[in-house]
Amino acid sequence: MTAFYLGLASFLLLNLAAGMWRILRGPSEADRMLAAQLFGTTAVAILLLLAEAMGQPALRDVSLVFALLAAVTVVAFVRRAWRPATEEHSNDA
Amino acid sequence: MMLSQMITIVLLLAGAAFFLAGTLGLLRFPDVYTRLHALTKADNVGLGLVAAGLAIQAETWAAMGKMALIWLLVLLASATGAHLVARGALRRGIPPWTAR
Amino acid sequence: MDGAVNAAAWAFDALLVLTLLWLAWRVLMGPDLFKSIVFFIAFGLVMALAWVRLRAPDVALAEAAIGAGLTGALFLAALSRLAAGERIANAKRPVENSDTGKSTRPHRGVRMVFIAMSALFFGGLAAALLSLPAEAPGLTIQVAENLSTSGVSNPVTAVLLNFRGYDTLLEMGVLFLAVVAAWSLTPAPKEPVSPPGIVLASFVRVLSPMLLLAAGYLLWAGTHAPGGAFQAGSVLAAAAVLLLLSGKDMKANWPEWPLRVVLGLGLGVFIAIGLVMMLIGHRFLEYPLDYAGDLILLIEVAATLSIGVTLAALFLGGRPQRDERK
Repeated sequence: MTAFYLGLASFLLLNLAAGMWRILRGPSEADRMLAAQLFGTTAVAILLLLAEAMGQPALRDVSLVFALLAAVTVVAFVRRAWRPATEEHSNDA
Repeated sequence: MMLSQMITIVLLLAGAAFFLAGTLGLLRFPDVYTRLHALTKADNVGLGLVAAGLAIQAETWAAMGKMALIWLLVLLASATGAHLVARGALRRGIPPWTAR
Repeated sequence: MDGAVNAAAWAFDALLVLTLLWLAWRVLMGPDLFKSIVFFIAFGLVMALAWVRLRAPDVALAEAAIGAGLTGALFLAALSRLAAGERIANAKRPVENSDTGKSTRPHRGVRMVFIAMSALFFGGLAAALLSLPAEAPGLTIQVAENLSTSGVSNPVTAVLLNFRGYDTLLEMGVLFLAVVAAWSLTPAPKEPVSPPGIVLASFVRVLSPMLLLAAGYLLWAGTHAPGGAFQAGSVLAAAAVLLLLSGKDMKANWPEWPLRVVLGLGLGVFIAIGLVMMLIGHRFLEYPLDYAGDLILLIEVAATLSIGVTLAALFLGGRPQRDERK
């Protein structure tokens, strides 16, 4: 079972790595932020798998903290850093 | 192999499939609204299935409860985040994609 | 079966290292600051996973709370205070020597020297790392032997607050100085307060008590399991940041002097306990065996409150201003 958990964790990490393409390309700032949000959830899932695979239940507290703080960056983005559309520089659509 | 282990494997694989779908949607969908749709599937269903699969193997009821709590918290955060981003995008005049 | 586990663990770790290196490269090399921030948030997430794999759950907790959660919000708030033109680093803007028409890139020879020096430094580090004994016990044995005298059962907390209390005391000092510096530089910007909307308002109302509860849990867990003041403090700070972001006014709800008292509380209590120990005949920060656990908890409670308020004050971005409308 341990190998299965670790394999699945690797698969999720691979997913995360693939999602970085969206941060790279954008095009809008919101798209980049969405990728970060998906990474947060993926990291929570990976941590739960690692807690089981490594036999360290304390790791669930790490994913609990991730879950608690999952929204902080998105809220900070929407309320502070997100500029009106007119200012947004469009690299490529 | 015990029945509980088989259930865990099935649930985890299903969860991983939703994460894959979420990532594919994030990469392939045409605009921010559709991408939001894809990624909240991974948040809600994907993590839910993974947590459910692992909860079956949990050693105590408290550990099981903690995993349920983690899932609920992510659910709350992702629903709020998705709403804020979608509303913000509409207000900033980002046009929703329409099929041609 | 064991071979399969090892192979899977090896594959995971290799993927982790490659992802981390690539992310670090992206954070540093991209000209677009917003992109760099998002990459940095992702870096924090993956770094926390790396700490987990290194079997350092305490550091992973701190990285999860501070690296992935708070610093992202801190950077985004800082970015929002930059003018639009400043969001792109190394953008084509008029430089001092533009009249000479020279590029600001250093000469090729200079770059070669830099590359050679970096390679030398990297080689030295790699050599030092490879020459380490494979199974270095470090101070693990000494810590394990003396754990029973520390008053706590989590070795990390024992080191941070008892055996190496000085380090933590100085870290608290650094945090305190950071706020002093931020407050000296500038008043907090007046953010336009827009109504948060019913969804965000309800979300913050539901989540903030849970964050408080989680902070208390992490603080309490720190005596026997991963957790402690820094982790609890940053969860506390996250609650304050969410409240600030949803339009709550820190200055209006919390007059200035209690804010200042709590900012200095952690450092103050830490030093006071150290001095009291000296008065009753011990050395600075040497706790008597019977009270060690209680004293550590007392310091940690004070430190948690201070860290939480310190990080929130840093997020505010300057000293609170008196409201002129009154």
